Amino acid sequence: MSDMLLKVENLEVQFRSGSTLTKAVNGVSFSLNRKENIGIVGESGSGKSVTATSLLRLIPDPPGKITGGKIIFEDKDLLKLSDKAMRKIRGNEISMIFQDPSTSLNPVYTVGNQIVESIETHQHLNRKEAKEKAVHMLELVGIPEARKRFSMYPHEFSGGMRQRVMIAIALACNPKLLIADEPTTALDVTVQAQILNLMKDLQHSIDTSIIMITHDLGVIWESCDKVLVMYAGNVVESGTVQEIHDNPLHPYTWGLLDSQITESVSSEEELSTIPGSPPDLSLDISGCPFAARCPFAEEICLEKTPEMIEAAEGHFTACHFQTKEHRLDRKEAKVDDRSNIKS
Amino acid sequence: MGKYIFSRLINMIPTLFVVAIIVFLITRMIPGDPASVMLGPQASREDVEALTEALGLNEPIHIQFLQYIGNLLKGHFGVSLSYNQPITDLIINRFPNTVILAVSALIIAFMIGVPAGIISASKQNSLIDYSITTISLIGVSMPIFWLGVMLVLYFSVNLGWFPATGMGSMADGFISYLKHLILPSITLATIPTATFARITRSSMLEVITQDYIKTARSKGISEFIVIFKHAFKNAFNPLLTVLGLQISSLLGGAVLTETIFSWPGMGLLIIDAIEKRDFVVVQSTVLFIALIFVIVNLVVDILYKVVNPKISYSTNKGGTK
Repeated sequence: MSDMLLKVENLEVQFRSGSTLTKAVNGVSFSLNRKENIGIVGESGSGKSVTATSLLRLIPDPPGKITGGKIIFEDKDLLKLSDKAMRKIRGNEISMIFQDPSTSLNPVYTVGNQIVESIETHQHLNRKEAKEKAVHMLELVGIPEARKRFSMYPHEFSGGMRQRVMIAIALACNPKLLIADEPTTALDVTVQAQILNLMKDLQHSIDTSIIMITHDLGVIWESCDKVLVMYAGNVVESGTVQEIHDNPLHPYTWGLLDSQITESVSSEEELSTIPGSPPDLSLDISGCPFAARCPFAEEICLEKTPEMIEAAEGHFTACHFQTKEHRLDRKEAKVDDRSNIKS
Repeated sequence: MGKYIFSRLINMIPTLFVVAIIVFLITRMIPGDPASVMLGPQASREDVEALTEALGLNEPIHIQFLQYIGNLLKGHFGVSLSYNQPITDLIINRFPNTVILAVSALIIAFMIGVPAGIISASKQNSLIDYSITTISLIGVSMPIFWLGVMLVLYFSVNLGWFPATGMGSMADGFISYLKHLILPSITLATIPTATFARITRSSMLEVITQDYIKTARSKGISEFIVIFKHAFKNAFNPLLTVLGLQISSLLGGAVLTETIFSWPGMGLLIIDAIEKRDFVVVQSTVLFIALIFVIVNLVVDILYKVVNPKISYSTNKGGTK
């Protein structure tokens, strides 16, 4: 069996509401090996969640539609599977956990019921065995008194505990791929680290790959091998965590890095932000989607869409000025007063 | 839980007392007096006065009221002026007929309205959704006195399939009984069916966009289970409220339907009693209907807990937390 678990090619997703067509994802490609973690990072509306949800074909249709591309999981193109075959993948080979644990568990069923359901759907276990397995999963995700908690309702759990339950549901069938859509965003800072550590620990014990969607670069550095930086439905930069961390190339990635709050940020200084807001994806964008907010933008950026090129080995970026021949100086941007922003 | 039910039962007393006062006053405000209505237009003045005296209607109104309440407390619901029968007997005779009609109408309404609402919501903005929404809008706005007459005209008069009026008896066989039941049940079910469909649709629409529905789908379970297990139970609360209201009002007697089909239920009894100015019957039946309302409401409140584990009852003021 090859080492390649997932290969996404030119994925396109559009949403139609009335007469407006929003191109949420425009040709995203990436690949993921077994036991490897990839992080997808970007602002709200960059298409990262839509990309992830599309992998399980859970985009509500209508209004959403996957209009192009391929999603090759092992040797199957998920976009060509029947609904029934797709259901065998969901929760079994690919699982997903969502952003807000307070709304992603069904309030009228016990957490035990919700874990057992997943197990019974995909594994040939009788009710008793399924229950044992579910209790075991609760123990595995670090829920104390698992047997007692099994028959409690979601509202009797704290946010962090609920996210642990979500993880238990997601991992109950030992999936090969876990998609985590901002799994820590809605949690307390103190709980965030616990949840991330738990995911890392469990990953080693069940050998799963993770797609981690986040807007927090810190989470990426902590837990991923590869990074995909998305902007306005496009991948603008991708590479290994090491590369992107040490040697980021795209001006948008620089913006994201600069807006992080780290120990080195002085409390005297104003926090750095990326001026402006992401473009309206229902309008046609000519040229580079980031051009309007980019401190380095010139004529060509507004006219021509930059190609994705391999700027360094395994490090891809889509910027006219970041080629093998030509490099921008990141420092330049920081000193720059950004008066040349074109709107 | 037991404590909660007990305190709710105690709370029923003032509610029923207020209903008793209001009904008593309203019946006294209806123009026309029972004695002259009962004796007819040819009756002599002396006869009317004698009957009024015999019925105790000459007493001052507060004395009448105290007597009425006193009898209620002793469990005497009184004797009908016009039927010359104890009210309890009248209600015992009539109420089962109303129950039969109400239950069949509710079954029809639930079996058609709820699935229609679910289908409509899960296929939002499709042709089938638009059809169901339109039909249910027509349904809730339907003047059922007209619908009843039209059904009689078509199915009884033109086609001769069903009898036009009356309630069959089991003695004539089950088929005849059922035939008598069908048209009144359909007539009575129209508005509840449409109401259930609309409530179910809007409630389901709210639920199916929730995150836990996405979670359910992400587990790979079938769409049928997603809709019926995960969505419907969450969408059930508003439906339960409406169901409770419909049950109480149907059990209280379907005045229009019973009148059209001469169905000998509570509705017809009340109409009859009002026409004859039979105060005692009106008072007691309305009080009985109020009792049904409060009991059904209590049952519905208890059922909320069954459907939604988040609701917990306490006897403190504020009720639910």
